[in-house]
Amino acid sequence: MDAASILIQMLNSLQYGLLLFLVASGLTLVFGIMGIINLAHGSFYMIGAYLAFALSSATGSLFMAILLGIPLALAFGAFLEWALFSHLYKRDHLEQVLLTYGLILIFEEVRSLLLGDEVHGVEIPAIFSASIPLSDVLSYPVYRLVISAVCIVLVVALYYLIQRTRLGMMIRAGNHDRTMVEALGININVIYRFVFALGVALAALAGMLAAPISSVFPNMGSHVLIISFVIVVIGGIGSVSGALLAALIVGFADTFGKVLIPEYSGMVVYLVMAVVLLWRPEGIFKKG
Amino acid sequence: MPLLGESFYTELLAKTLVLAIFAMSLDLLVGFTGLVSFGHAAYFGVAAYAAALLSPEYEAANLWLVFPAAVGAAMLVAFVVGLFVLRTKGIYFIMVTLAFAQLAYFVFHDTALGGGSDGIYLNLKPSAELAGFQPFNLDNPVHLYYFALAMLVLVYVFLARILQSPFGRVLVGIKSNEHRMQSLGYITFRYKLAAFALAGGLAGVAGFLYAVLFGFVTPELLSWHHSGNVLLTVILGGMGNLLGAVAGAFAFTAMQEVFGSWTKHWQLLMGCVIVAAVLFLPGGLSAIPGRIKRTLQGDSIHD
Repeated sequence: MDAASILIQMLNSLQYGLLLFLVASGLTLVFGIMGIINLAHGSFYMIGAYLAFALSSATGSLFMAILLGIPLALAFGAFLEWALFSHLYKRDHLEQVLLTYGLILIFEEVRSLLLGDEVHGVEIPAIFSASIPLSDVLSYPVYRLVISAVCIVLVVALYYLIQRTRLGMMIRAGNHDRTMVEALGININVIYRFVFALGVALAALAGMLAAPISSVFPNMGSHVLIISFVIVVIGGIGSVSGALLAALIVGFADTFGKVLIPEYSGMVVYLVMAVVLLWRPEGIFKKG
Repeated sequence: MPLLGESFYTELLAKTLVLAIFAMSLDLLVGFTGLVSFGHAAYFGVAAYAAALLSPEYEAANLWLVFPAAVGAAMLVAFVVGLFVLRTKGIYFIMVTLAFAQLAYFVFHDTALGGGSDGIYLNLKPSAELAGFQPFNLDNPVHLYYFALAMLVLVYVFLARILQSPFGRVLVGIKSNEHRMQSLGYITFRYKLAAFALAGGLAGVAGFLYAVLFGFVTPELLSWHHSGNVLLTVILGGMGNLLGAVAGAFAFTAMQEVFGSWTKHWQLLMGCVIVAAVLFLPGGLSAIPGRIKRTLQGDSIHD
């Protein structure tokens, strides 16, 4: 590999890792704070991508689709928390696995009923459709850089929200000790609903951003879900900074695995996880 | 004993028997040891692939060699995976078993080992010939069905005996309180590893039967949907109850067939049933008789 193609793969790794972080961060927060394992989290990514497809065909613009899609995803998340997940907090993990598995089936079939089973493409917005030439034959699409930039802004915003605001303080406290937070007179249910809706919106946004480059297809959420699990396991449950580091590790391992050992690329990420498990069974950033 | 002439029903029944064995093997982990494995399809799939790969292409393999080999392969893989996953607990365990199953899925899906994503055929059913004598013939659908039924009974009796043995009592003890078992001096990791490998081997029995019954093995057998379905079967029947797992297998297949005959979007109905079952029917099918009894006795069913 020459320098230009290495640079391209590095940028791809970064973009893929950051996108995975958007999905995994919500998953790890919901694990950490509410103690819930949510298999349907990958479906929110799928729903986001299909929202991008449906809304951008209706409005003619991916920007409009994202602007409309985020509040829809937030509302959907809050609704789901109210209708279903709030009943799961006191249940054991097995029942959570089961209910959220059932939800995946429902989401996929409703998607199939409403929008069919075809693969759809979503157009890259015209102003980002250019490519930056790197050498005579190689160039890098601007849109991928835009995705990375958006994700970095969100990482910073999420860091600020969790570390620097009063709400973030409550989230961190809830992550540490739920009962104590309640005893201090904070309404933990409001925090639960907010965190869950935030997680749904982040996963959906990841799907919306990824739609133009990955296209939109059935069951697209399940791969992302399992990779996000791996990220949460590597990073440590409930740790957002662990999820960021792990997402980048996974992004690089997967991208370079595809280039260097294509036949075994599907396994690379899981082998990384196995090594981390041997080294630190509770993830790199163990929850305190 | 049901001896159904229609081959469709024989096949459906055989499929249910395979699922019942598979569900009982998972119940050993979920219901009795308290280990929620979400990657149990991996061991089912490994044995199915072993059966297909170990059989020669144009002649029948020897059942008495290929069957133990397939089950042994599943057990070995479960043992190795167990060394990793049993270092974790709770939510971690669920995710890590899923991730390892996905790893196994990609081994068969991406490499040329088992025909890649297209899968592999098992052309001829293994021969049961033993020193010139053939006790039964698996090419005969009726014999095949009775063979599956016999396996179901054997696995049930085996598990029932295991659970009554001191080993089984330790597993149940681990489920209710692992720390207590540790302070009693049991090295619980070894017991859990033995249970994990054993459950993997029994899932291998089901996987082997599947390969022989359908003559076709694909990576989808190792997919997480398959792991999800068997977990669902266990819970549907009520976990920690071997006969419940069998009942769950019949209920699951029946739902699949009935919903499938109504609409091609049958998974929507299945999903709704699962969500409703979790919200309104804790304890599964095997808890229903107790609830009815309590209702008749006039007690509140809300415990």
